[in-house]
Parts: sequence; C-alpha cells; structure tokens
Amino acid sequence: MASGVVLLLLIATVALGPFIWPVAINDIDFAAKLQGPSWAHPLGTDDLGQDLLARLIYGGRISLAVGLAAMVVAVVVGVVVGALAGMSAGWVDAALMWLTDLFLALPLLPLLLLLMYLFRDHFKRLFGVEGGAFILIVVVIGGLRWMQVARLVRAQFLSLREKEFVEAARALGASKLRLVVGHILPNALGPVIVAGTIDVAAAIIAESTLSFLGLGFPSDIPTWGSVLRDAKDYLDIAPHWALFPGAAIFLAVITINFMGDGLRDALDPRRVL
Amino acid sequence: MSRQYVIRKILIMIPSLLGISLVLFTVLAMAPGDPFEELATNPAVPPEVRAALRAKFGLDDPVWTRYLHWLAAMLQGDWGFSFVSRMDVDKLILQRLPVTLIVIGSSQIIAILVALPVGVLAATRPYSLFDQVANTLAFVGFSLPTFFTGLLFILVFSIQLDWLPFVYRANIDATGWQFYWEHIKQSIMPVMVLGLFQGASLVRFVRSSVLDVIKLDYVTTARSKGIGERKVITKHVVRNALIPVVTLVALQLPIVFGGAIVTEQIFRVPGIGSLLISAMLANDTPVVMAVTFVIACLVVFFNLLADIIYGWLDPRISYR
Repeated sequence: MASGVVLLLLIATVALGPFIWPVAINDIDFAAKLQGPSWAHPLGTDDLGQDLLARLIYGGRISLAVGLAAMVVAVVVGVVVGALAGMSAGWVDAALMWLTDLFLALPLLPLLLLLMYLFRDHFKRLFGVEGGAFILIVVVIGGLRWMQVARLVRAQFLSLREKEFVEAARALGASKLRLVVGHILPNALGPVIVAGTIDVAAAIIAESTLSFLGLGFPSDIPTWGSVLRDAKDYLDIAPHWALFPGAAIFLAVITINFMGDGLRDALDPRRVL
Repeated sequence: MSRQYVIRKILIMIPSLLGISLVLFTVLAMAPGDPFEELATNPAVPPEVRAALRAKFGLDDPVWTRYLHWLAAMLQGDWGFSFVSRMDVDKLILQRLPVTLIVIGSSQIIAILVALPVGVLAATRPYSLFDQVANTLAFVGFSLPTFFTGLLFILVFSIQLDWLPFVYRANIDATGWQFYWEHIKQSIMPVMVLGLFQGASLVRFVRSSVLDVIKLDYVTTARSKGIGERKVITKHVVRNALIPVVTLVALQLPIVFGGAIVTEQIFRVPGIGSLLISAMLANDTPVVMAVTFVIACLVVFFNLLADIIYGWLDPRISYR
C-alpha cells in the first residue's frame, strides 16, 4: 500500500512537475556548474550548470511513458500469441510455443542493443530524433518481453476453454471470437495484470540501461539513464548528480515491483504460501 | 542417467541454435543501410573493388542463399574482420571471452552462496522477522539496476573508502602473490555487483521451492523417525528443493549476460560485453554480430548443461 502512495507521488511529480518547477532543462549556466543541492537548484546541477530537478522530471516522463507503452506492446502481443496457441491445438500451438521458447532463450540485452544499433538512424529519419527513438525503444522492448504473458495466457486458455461456462456459451451458439473475447479472456486476465505490472518495471530498467550504455535516447535528451551516464565520470566531485537519477529509477522500479507482488497476492490467493 | 537422454537434449539444441541464427540473420537482413557503407564513403576504395566485395560476400544473392552462406561461414569460424581493431573477429573474441566467463562464473557462485542459506532459512521460518527482512532485501536487490549498484559501489568503496580500484587493468606489473591479489582486488566489485543482483532473485526461487518441498509427506516421515530438524532440512528437503532451482538458474542466464555487459562497461572489464558496446559505438558491424551470436550460443549451451544436470539430479526426468 505504501508503495502505491509513493508511486502515485512519483507519477504526480513527473506529470505536474513542469508546472510547479518551470526551469528549462537546457539552461546552461557555467557559474553554477556541478553544485550540490541548494534552494536555487534543489537537486544540484551538472557539468554545464543545467538544473537536475528539471532534467529528472523530464526524464521521468520519458521513462514512465516508455515503461507503460512497452508494457502495452508486450501484453498485446503476448495475449494474441497466447490466445492463438491456447485456442488452436495441434501444430499451430506447437509452433507458437516453440517460437516463445526460442525468444525466451535469446539474450535480451545484447539483442536490444543490436536492434537499437541497426535501426536507430533509420527511425530517426522516419519519425524525428525524439519520436523515432521513443517508437523504436518501445517496439523493441515490448517485442522482446511478450513471452511470459503468452505462456500465462495459453495456460489459462487451456484450462478455461474446457470449463462449463464456456461450454454453455458455445452451446448457445457463440462464435469463436465471442467465446474468446467475451468469456475466456476476461477470466484469464488476473495473472496477465500481474505480469504486465512487473513488465513496466522491467521496461523502465531496460530503457535506462540502453540510455546508460549510450544506445537509447540521444544524449541531449535527458532520461534517467542518460543523466546517470553523464554523471558517472564525475562521481568523485559531484556524487549527487549520479545519486538522484539512480534513486529515481530505483524508487519507480521497486514501487512497481511491490505493486505487482501485492496484486499477485490479491488476485491469486492460492499463491500466498 | 541414460546416454539417450543426453543425446536427445543435444539434438534438441540444434533447432534452437538454428532458430537463433535465423533471428539474428533476419535482424541483420532487415536492417536499413549497407554493411559496406563504410567502404562506400571511403574515397580510397574504387567502385570496382566494392562491387567485387559485394559479389564475394554475395550481397546481391537471394535471401536464402545469403543465410546459408552466412551460416556456413559462422560455423567454420570465419567471422570476418574487425574494421576498428584490425584483426580477425574470432581471435578478438577468444581474447576477451575468458574474462567474461570468469566474472560470470564467480558471480554465479557468489549468488548461490548468498541465496541458498538465506532462502532455506527464510523458508524454514515463513513469515518470521528474518523471512520478512530477507524478502524485502531481495526486493531491493533486484529492483536496483546493476548500473546504479555499480556506481554506488565505486562511490563507497573506491572514492569514499579508497579500498578497491574501480578501473580493471588487464596488465598488472607485479609477480607472485601480489599479482593474484591485485587481480582479485579489481574483480571484487564487478563480481559482487552481478552476484548480489543474481542472488536477490534466486533467494525468492529457493524460498518458494523449499516451501513446496517442506510440506511433502516424506519430510514428515523423516521428522517422525526422530531425525533432527537440521538433518531433515539439509539431507531431505534441500536436496530435492534444489532441482527446480537449477532450471531457474539456467533460465536467468540471458539476464546474467545482460548484467555482465553493463558491469563490464562500468568497471571497464575487458570482456566480450565491453567489446560489444565499443564495437557498437564504433560502428564495427562484424564484431557486433559475432559477439551477439557468441552470447546467444553460450546461453543455449548453458541451458543444455542445466538440462543435463537436471536429468542427473532427478532420474525421473531422464526416463520420461
């Protein structure tokens, strides 16, 4: 519960921040560079004298948006694959599950990096600097994290499609699509919600990792990961610069993970012990 | 464990390796831009040389032939030439691989050394104070991204306390014990960062796995025979509880390799992870493809190893 409050606070800060703290993210002020927290700059400044609070608020918007959007992509792909596999027995099911297992065995981060490396410039040309990076990161992270959801959905479908209420609906002449969308899917959503919540946290970590390694958003766009990347060479003289973005990532991830854990307990009482 | 089981598992590995190579090749083939862009913009390379190169590498052939050619080259160890380091990619990777394997291996050992006792203790006293503290710490552990823990470690142990060096040096000019001590000292932080992250997620697996086993009838039987609690746990419960954990450790491996890339980058460990990143930043495509392929192969190979260990630990599996 406490984690929910913290998470809401974090989201509110990030969403309303620019209205309360209207400092530009790229105001360069060499007189005030590498300063610790003060009244003028509550979280201090970086090596160009840019205000860290404003940059972290901006980065938070990107990180949370990426997390949510990537989760949506992962859940949609996972539900479609899982539902297809769960409804159609035989070789379709076998092929889809082989594909799922294959994706599970792929090393996620190297592949993420590879895709970013190969497609970055292309997307930049297509959708602009910021939009291109956003779309690419969301699609790539979401496209590599759907496997868990697909397996959950398939397992749920396999047991649900034999249940009496589904049989009753089928006997009443419901079409296959109606059976899936109206009867089976709503009952299969519990574990999907839990997995989706945890996916948000994983996507935030993945995006920060990409930015930290220099293959995420372009370096002039402050995300939590890229601020941390810039800060790592100044650890000895300006530790605050690295500590605040790191703490922001940590807070977001741990509160979302705790929420996921709480949801699991709430939605699936069997798993408590 | 039967030999048949091992052979079957090895045969299963082949399609997944092929699948991975197919995924990698698809990614490469779909990628916009020409892998020879570097040469195209280089005025020192005349166009006929470029055309000859394209013909040699079969870039104008249909996709299927290109895939087969590429696969054959990969299998023969002909991985291309690094534009940046000016040496063969396979030699470059062989140079870097041992460091990565040592770091990953020792971090896995740390992870198991931390996770086993904590997980077992937490499971024997569910919902006690110890269990709750361990659970919370585990949560904190795997919610802290490795790149942040790495920086925190540097901040505390290198900058504040000045105990450990934060840059990994490959050539240490010392001999005898001093040499080994320097190596251990500079490996402590990368290994701990990876190991603790891994251990944090393992604790929860171990705990739930022990909890599943501890309720079984044969454990009650052992207790009722008058065997001491300690012996029941170590001899009867843990042995069986660890079987699923082996699979989970293997399933975590893709994440471990990801973590290794990050920690190698932070501490400048000269392994294949930092090779991958520097090759990407330098647009060195042959190295990028080869390293990704090697990491993928390693993951598949370790999964195979886990399957074999699994069959050895639990004979019921291998006779199915």
